Amino acid sequence: VRVDSLWRLLLTAVVALILTVLPLPPSADILRPAFLVLTVIYWSVNAPRTGGIAFGFFAGLILDVFQGPVLGEHALALSLITYIAVREHQRVRSKPLIQQALIIGVFMLFYEVVLFMIDGWTGHPVTSPLRWAHVISDTLIWPLASVVLTYSAGRRV
Amino acid sequence: VAAFGTVSGRPQGRAGSPGLRFTMYALLSVVVMYLDQRQHYLERVRYFLQAAAYPIQVLVNSPPAAWRWTQESFQGREALRAENARLKARERDLELRSMRYEALAHENGDLRGLVQALPPVAERWLPAEIVNVQLSNLRQHLLLDRGASNGVFRGQAVLDDKGLIGQTTHVGPWSADVILITDPEHAVPVRIERTGLRTIAVGAGDTSSLALPYLPANADVKSGDLLVTSGLGGVFPAGYPVARVTEVHRDAVQPLAQVRAAPLAHVDTDTEVMLVWFRADHPAAPSPPVNATGELTSGSTAMQPQPAPAKPTPPAAAPADTDADEPVNVPPPGGPADSTSEAAPAPATPAPHAKAAPKSPKPPAHRQGTPP
Repeated sequence: VRVDSLWRLLLTAVVALILTVLPLPPSADILRPAFLVLTVIYWSVNAPRTGGIAFGFFAGLILDVFQGPVLGEHALALSLITYIAVREHQRVRSKPLIQQALIIGVFMLFYEVVLFMIDGWTGHPVTSPLRWAHVISDTLIWPLASVVLTYSAGRRV
Repeated sequence: VAAFGTVSGRPQGRAGSPGLRFTMYALLSVVVMYLDQRQHYLERVRYFLQAAAYPIQVLVNSPPAAWRWTQESFQGREALRAENARLKARERDLELRSMRYEALAHENGDLRGLVQALPPVAERWLPAEIVNVQLSNLRQHLLLDRGASNGVFRGQAVLDDKGLIGQTTHVGPWSADVILITDPEHAVPVRIERTGLRTIAVGAGDTSSLALPYLPANADVKSGDLLVTSGLGGVFPAGYPVARVTEVHRDAVQPLAQVRAAPLAHVDTDTEVMLVWFRADHPAAPSPPVNATGELTSGSTAMQPQPAPAKPTPPAAAPADTDADEPVNVPPPGGPADSTSEAAPAPATPAPHAKAAPKSPKPPAHRQGTPP
């Protein structure tokens, strides 16, 4: 049973990663939600033992290979977010989707703050305000992402 | 869904509370960051991670590649014939243009007092395709489909047929990450072709412009000036075209002029670029910094005292003043067979060490010419 759900989790993560690196025109790319981060948060909230902090860390490490100026940046940010999500998973998943979306928005803002700080400390600052834009699209897409991911897990429920 | 969590999440052998695990992973991340940032111990780790990421990158790249392939294979006979004719005409033009090249090279050698003409500075090159993958929308990076298995090394120059594109930063076995000259963290030492004035061109963060932030207000620079690489800094050889000045703004109260330039390479539309290996003993080859640490702490490389330029006998003393550069379309002297063995001794030492910069905040991180 557990192996099965682990595979499902990895599969969704790979799909999310593909959506993250799919080439888009620059204007659309700015508003592209952080699909992998949303997926990791979803599993941390809904299957905190299968997903959780280790999953967040390795997903972050892969994100670092694609987008990070320094290895470990996204890994740290995602470990932190998954830690909070795992701790609060009962409270988050008992809320209706709209409220969940707002909470996820706060998570993403926090995530981006961590990235912003690490960018600055390691000497690769990106000060463009556009870097925050995806927080909005993450919040907006959360209900949809949540439904899709529930469906992907849902056969068994 | 709630059931899913509880059903699947049987207690496992993993260590304790979330707090403990978080502390563990956070510490691990910090250590990883420190090692990657300061010591470059993690190049091997990155190498393998990049290898692991490559299948996904290929997967993402495959639909556009397949589309291009189908388009190509269903091209009509007429279209192919027209293209063939066009290419033949172009080849003839290029042949005509390079006809006098040999004679000029000899003449140049004579004028410099050399026994024979210099060989081309570009020893060999390798076409690489741009993998169509979004790396980060905040940074100007590209992914190429060539890596260490093709002899690509860190800090290698990348060109297209119009000019400089950038340099490799992380090399995986089959792929290489390239930082563009337009990235705000990249700086390339350039020379204004018309006047010989040396300065540094820093990326402005979008694909269409570079900034020249270190020119005094009275510097002789005007719109339309060609910027070529100066050969300083140890990555790019002298004389390759980089950008054309588009905008010069002088403010009476500002000590520095605000100069913008447009890169000549078509980064937006290119699908194929060139990785170049340079002859290390050529006078136009990238000069490794003499005293690299001192150079870095004292700021801009362009402001360093240069060796006297006009020594006739040892040509290596005057890297920036030689004009013995070639267009990229000179046929390579050796076949691309001897890749790995040839690649190493070339300008392999100067890597784009971003990490030496943090002490002085002003110079961009991918400054060239850091200690090997």
